[in-house]
Amino acid sequence: MSTSVARAPGFALGVLMVGEHFLTWYRRNWRSTVVSSVLQPLLFLLAFGVGFGALLQGRAGTAETTGGVSYLVWLAPALLAVSAAQSAAFESTYPVLSGFKWQRMYHAMVAGPITPAQVALGHLGWVCLKNLATGAVFVGVIALAGGVASAGVIVALLAAVLTCAAVCALVTTYAATVKNEGTAFSALFRFVILPMTLFSGTFFPVDRLPGWVQPLTWISPLWHGTELARAAALDRWVPLAALGHTAYLLLLVAIGVFGATRLFTRRLAP
Amino acid sequence: MADGLVQARGLYKRFGAIEAVRGIDVDVARGEVFGFLGPNGAGKSSAMRMIACVSPRTGGELQVLGMDPGRDGPRIRARIGVVPQLDNLDAELSVRQNLEIYGRYFGLPRAHVREKARELLAFAQLTERADDPVEPLSGGMKRRLTIARSLVNDPELLLLDEPTTGLDPQARHLLWERLYRLKREGVTQIITTHYMDEAEQLCDRLVVMDHGVIVAEGSPAELIERHATREVLELRFAPEARPEPEVLAPLVERVESLPDRLLLYTADGERAQAEVARAGHRPLSALVRRSSLEDVFLSLTGRTLVD
Repeated sequence: MSTSVARAPGFALGVLMVGEHFLTWYRRNWRSTVVSSVLQPLLFLLAFGVGFGALLQGRAGTAETTGGVSYLVWLAPALLAVSAAQSAAFESTYPVLSGFKWQRMYHAMVAGPITPAQVALGHLGWVCLKNLATGAVFVGVIALAGGVASAGVIVALLAAVLTCAAVCALVTTYAATVKNEGTAFSALFRFVILPMTLFSGTFFPVDRLPGWVQPLTWISPLWHGTELARAAALDRWVPLAALGHTAYLLLLVAIGVFGATRLFTRRLAP
Repeated sequence: MADGLVQARGLYKRFGAIEAVRGIDVDVARGEVFGFLGPNGAGKSSAMRMIACVSPRTGGELQVLGMDPGRDGPRIRARIGVVPQLDNLDAELSVRQNLEIYGRYFGLPRAHVREKARELLAFAQLTERADDPVEPLSGGMKRRLTIARSLVNDPELLLLDEPTTGLDPQARHLLWERLYRLKREGVTQIITTHYMDEAEQLCDRLVVMDHGVIVAEGSPAELIERHATREVLELRFAPEARPEPEVLAPLVERVESLPDRLLLYTADGERAQAEVARAGHRPLSALVRRSSLEDVFLSLTGRTLVD
């Protein structure tokens, strides 16, 4: 019998192979996700940027809030961030539970030379990569709609991907603790993701909220991501603030990666 | 033990307060088909998962392919194949993609994986379904694909956890035939099963497990010879006519009483049947058969394998 030529791939290569698996899946099944990743932000853009924006046009206080640009231009980078956060949450709930429980694909991966940590990071990497791609499409659409003010929108896209990474890492950690679908995910979407979407400065600045609510928005990764994306797209950098937002998001990524790798290991190799 | 693929000494596994495996010694030699036979919950799968390097041991010694699963898990897993109890194929990929993607996890180049997939599709008799999605395949086809996938890295050791549970008899026989082919090709296999016919068909050597310990070890024939008689006379009685086991005991070597029948262990079933009739007992039905591993298990534990 011939000796096996198979080997355990190095850490990064293993992560890459997990990503390749998801990419193969995506090339076959991308149509089913296009609604949530591209169509939904487009609807938001149309409803708020164009429809709601027309209502605000020329109203007192609008220009003051947006710093002189149209509401659409002001909103567009925030929509990049919000759709990044939403698709990160979506991709890290049911698909993760399926990997553990329904299709059990994660179990197949770790039966081979892949480690649970590589599975977790492969998932995170894939979600971010996909977000980068759909975000780029979205940037193109925004540009066509007249919502792009400067080339800084490219940096805004990266800020959105960082937001995606933070939300993905945290939600994946949570999903790794979920044994049965039950209400775990619908509660997450109702009580965490939806309020986060509404109160992270996407549609209006958070300083318009009552004073006691504002500290809550500071813990929201989406608020930090939105501030970063907007600063980049509108070229309104405040260096110290940008540094703080970036550091906070990176910290969340680190916490999520630490939690997810530990919980994946506990669940896949008990 | 230079040629031993698996060597376990006092292997022990605890989940919280539950002792799943309570100190077992196992040696699996290259080329043999080794079985863990036992009822559900006996600790077979837990032992298997430790050997598969996806479950750290709580105690004892374990070497797989000469390495320590605690330290070299990924390196060992790169050289073994695993057929899990529950299918974990990617149902939304095609049959072929399942093989190719899985091969990539083992650091195999694309061209190699493509060629290997072609070969394995033929082995699993799935060539015609190669580009269909996995989802609508029958249970037997999915199992065959899972086995094919476990071979994508040309493993030196193949681990099969309850490989035919839930399959219809025809699918089982086809699967057994494939496993037998692998055996002839020299692939070492470890199988867990609670089907005694499966163990008899496939295993060169097996251990019988119960409550986390090994209660017997040997080839199927050895175990039957050691723990059962050559033949068994199975008697069914109407409830009011059923004699106490002690009444029949002097006629044969041993009597086991099951809820629905009496099992009389003897070298000569026909003669025992005649003697039962001569003693005035009138069973509703009588069947003489060869002893099986089921009888071994019954004799060792007083219980049947599948309730």
